[in-house]
Amino acid sequence: MLTLTCPCCGVTAEETELAPGYEAHLKRFGPGSTDAEFESYMFARKNPKGVHFERWRHAYGCGKWFLAARCTATLEVFGTYPAQTTEPPAAILDAIRARRPDWKA
Amino acid sequence: MSTRLASGGRLIDRKTTQKFTFNGTWLSGFSGDTLASALLANDQMLVGRSFKYHRPRGILASGPEEPNALVNLGRDDRLEPNQRTTTTPLFDGLQATSQNHWPSLEFDIGVVNNYAARFLPAGFYYKTFIHPRAAWKHLFEPVIRKSAGLGRAPKDRDADRYEQAYAFCDVLVVGGGIAGLQAALSAGRRGDRVILLEQAAHWGGRAPVDGDAVGGMAAGDWLTAALEELHALPNVTLRAACTATGVYDHGYVLAAESLADATPGDGRPRQRLWRIRAGRIVTATGAIERPLSFAGNDIPGVMLAAAMRDYVVNHAVSPGDRTVIVTNNDDAYRTALVLRDAGLAVPVILDARPAPAGPLVEAARARGIRIEAGRAIAKVQGGKRVTGVQICLQAGEGAVLEEISCDAVAMSGGWSPVVHLWSHCGGKLNWDDRLSAFLPDPARPPLNHDGRAMVTPAGAAAGIFEPDAILTSGEVAGADPDSLGEVQDELLARQSVVVPPVWVMPQGARADLRAKMWLDFQNDVKVSDVQLAAREGYESVEHTKRYTTLGMATDQGKLSNINGLAVLAQALGEDIPQVGTTTFRPPYTPVTLGTLAGEARGEIFQPLRRTPVHGWHESHGAYFEPVGLWRRPYCYPRSGESHADAVKREVLNTRAGLGLLDASTLGKIIVKGPDAGRFLDMLYTNMMSTLPVGKCRYGLMCNEQGFLSDDGVVARLDEDTWLCHTTSGGADRIHGWMEDWLQCEWWDWKVYTANLTEHYAQIAVVGPKARALLEKLGGMDVSKEALPFMAWSEGSLAGIPARAFRISFSGELSYEIAVPASQGLAFWEACLAAGAEFGISPYGTEALHVMRAEKGFIMIGDETDGTVTPLDLGLAWAVSKKKADFLGKRGMERNHLSSPDRWQLVGFETLDGSVIPDGAYILAEGSNDNGQRNVQGRVTSTYYSPTLKHGIAMGLLHHGPSRMGEVVEFNKTDGGTVKARVADPVFYDKTGEKQNV
Repeated sequence: MLTLTCPCCGVTAEETELAPGYEAHLKRFGPGSTDAEFESYMFARKNPKGVHFERWRHAYGCGKWFLAARCTATLEVFGTYPAQTTEPPAAILDAIRARRPDWKA
Repeated sequence: MSTRLASGGRLIDRKTTQKFTFNGTWLSGFSGDTLASALLANDQMLVGRSFKYHRPRGILASGPEEPNALVNLGRDDRLEPNQRTTTTPLFDGLQATSQNHWPSLEFDIGVVNNYAARFLPAGFYYKTFIHPRAAWKHLFEPVIRKSAGLGRAPKDRDADRYEQAYAFCDVLVVGGGIAGLQAALSAGRRGDRVILLEQAAHWGGRAPVDGDAVGGMAAGDWLTAALEELHALPNVTLRAACTATGVYDHGYVLAAESLADATPGDGRPRQRLWRIRAGRIVTATGAIERPLSFAGNDIPGVMLAAAMRDYVVNHAVSPGDRTVIVTNNDDAYRTALVLRDAGLAVPVILDARPAPAGPLVEAARARGIRIEAGRAIAKVQGGKRVTGVQICLQAGEGAVLEEISCDAVAMSGGWSPVVHLWSHCGGKLNWDDRLSAFLPDPARPPLNHDGRAMVTPAGAAAGIFEPDAILTSGEVAGADPDSLGEVQDELLARQSVVVPPVWVMPQGARADLRAKMWLDFQNDVKVSDVQLAAREGYESVEHTKRYTTLGMATDQGKLSNINGLAVLAQALGEDIPQVGTTTFRPPYTPVTLGTLAGEARGEIFQPLRRTPVHGWHESHGAYFEPVGLWRRPYCYPRSGESHADAVKREVLNTRAGLGLLDASTLGKIIVKGPDAGRFLDMLYTNMMSTLPVGKCRYGLMCNEQGFLSDDGVVARLDEDTWLCHTTSGGADRIHGWMEDWLQCEWWDWKVYTANLTEHYAQIAVVGPKARALLEKLGGMDVSKEALPFMAWSEGSLAGIPARAFRISFSGELSYEIAVPASQGLAFWEACLAAGAEFGISPYGTEALHVMRAEKGFIMIGDETDGTVTPLDLGLAWAVSKKKADFLGKRGMERNHLSSPDRWQLVGFETLDGSVIPDGAYILAEGSNDNGQRNVQGRVTSTYYSPTLKHGIAMGLLHHGPSRMGEVVEFNKTDGGTVKARVADPVFYDKTGEKQNV
């Protein structure tokens, strides 16, 4: 059972307090997009063994969504950050590279 | 025979006698006994029958690894099957019965399986599936079902209660032996918050039994001093009789603590589940002795060598008068010495090693005990009890050199470190050739959230067996885990313990011997079974496990795994590390389901949501149905009235006069802000920004795939505020959905949401006399002019502040009145009192369903199932063609969803007036490749209509709307079919006159 720190309220919460939202940083494709674009948005999910960016909601706490960078194999958490961003912040990328020098974004 | 010795017994109190029954016979033991030691003291070595062959089985071990001696404990509402006698403390009045035999333990018919063993080889269960097909159903399945299995599941409701508790610490130490105590001391002295758990009721592990000096002191003295210091440290918590059963992500550990197992009915919870979050974990979980694989190693009287000395030293129980020791290591010599000290005979020590040497060997030799090097057991003699052994060369094929009579055999095949907790979260293992065992690899530990090692092994769990080395390992694990790897390598290199591999005894054993060498005692898996699996092509240890069932019993292979995979490796001609282990999964020992459920049972199994009127419903005989976490009245049956009759009456009364519905569960979400209109235009398929203040509009929500997700009426409260009604079950989900889009996609939009579902009671006043009732209550203008259909207004009714919505889910003149939750009951009762003259009657959810179906209104979850679009349901009028974008618009444009070639909503009227069964399919010509009948649609809602007096239904039919008047056939549960005519789904008041008056 994971623990993650909510960047909004600062609480380190157990998984029972959190709701998962799967892959982060998806780009939404609406009307006018091609079938391939829509498929990439709707269905083509990454499932890496290793570094992954995920959406989580502090559902039974402050109610805010946030994003987490963690390793799906070892369960290390590289950091959590607010949902209001389209890409991982530099500090998170640095934290990942410090532990995974070979990792490529 | 086994018996109680005249003196000794470290853990028993001879002054306190405890009476218990085994298979109905009264026996007695002492306080401090386990059920196993008390049974042995009463010469009850035979305690069960094996799973598959029904062979007689006795007590093999002295701890949680026991595979054989499982019993039904207690009776009726305190019956628990498969309880290990070796970990069950004896108490006065304990009732135990043996398992898996008929008619009796002594005489079991099922033992014929033993003689038919060659027809029940590895994987026989799977082989029975193959051919002939009919044999499985009529022959194999009934026989296997009857003869397999251990205890029977209890039938009564559990009389005990259980609790759960949380705990937090810096260091969790699992195991209260020397290593664990030392780790707790060194962490505790540094000021860390420490929790120390021990599965047994007493501390010290093996040290007090084995009697080694620890830190220059007698083991007992060291133990007393350590416990004294630990108890004095305020930052250290000790819990005995508490088993850590699993290690999970980020230092989360579950532990089951026994509280009232030995005092049933004393008012306390029987067990407590600890949910511990630890900064890091030290596993000082010791090691488990391995059996040796020789023919007849399962006959009652054959025991693990260390278990035998546990019984002698701890409980003053002698398992036998003449015990043959058989071993591949020095440790078993301790048992010989203990038995001899107790005045018992040890006719011979059979040591598989060619030249045993060392202090323990010398000590035994000095006592005049006969030691035979390079010797093995060819075969144990006896049936329900050992009567002797045949001796052979370990290096040979089993030619008998000598027969020795004895009534017990103590065996030791070396020790397997308990690496379960280390492995649960991904800790890796290395094979150690000197110990012939898997050890935790300190370089590949399970990781915590910060990437640091989460688990540190210490003592025997790390393969360290000598007392002073164990102390060092505990000290380092407790205080300085980062340097542990280095220290452990050094300690391992220094220690003199060596265990040469002896996987089969004798090494070249003939087939008839191999077919009587048990690997997994509980699941009846023998050396020959694993070898057969290898011959049949099973190479993966995980596949072999499942095929042979090796290690799949309640003991999860604690004794059998290493021996089994060694035999597999030999059969495959590979090295053991190449074959690898199966996956270690929690729980370490079985946890009773009551403990996992804790207090979540009965009324508090899950939270229950009650409307403000719930108490009234209860006291007026409502029959409830669950709707999400809510309980809603299904109907209000009068005395002697069936539910179906009550529903009919409620429908007719509402249509003809006046009905009252508690609609408080309806979701009510406020959406407010300068961008609220824009936001709702994205959320709903139709336009909400253009809704005038004071008006209501029905709206649909889709998910991004274009499938219908929720519906409800939206009211515009003021210029920048909308009130969105959702389905009863959907309120929290839709509120979360709104927040998701606002927080994660359109975070620059100025919109706030609030879920006010429980702030208001909502009462639907429904029927031709609805207006008359509200006018009688008085306080606001509810006339057609002031409050037309699909409008709302605010005021007061019966002196209670109210918002009245002119909306209808029944097709009748209808007002939904929202009042503050605190005044919901008062308003409900005011309506009933004032409505008496109009013949008012409350109605439940089933009448609601019937009336909406008569009107052809869809219900989320009935007409929708996550694969249905608004267009499928004929709701194109509610899907905007003007809006550039809304959630689900792009999804709906996908070619399969926008195709006209889909199942679409229509109504059905049965030709014979009957009601189509729920879930019925509409049959089409022919059948598919699986021989199943082709279908062209299905029913989604089906009811008896009291208004129309015949069955009506809605459903999805291929090209439905273009097939009006056609007769189709539905299948029925009795195998027959029912014919129905395709019709308009609006069966009642097609023009909508009645709701618009």
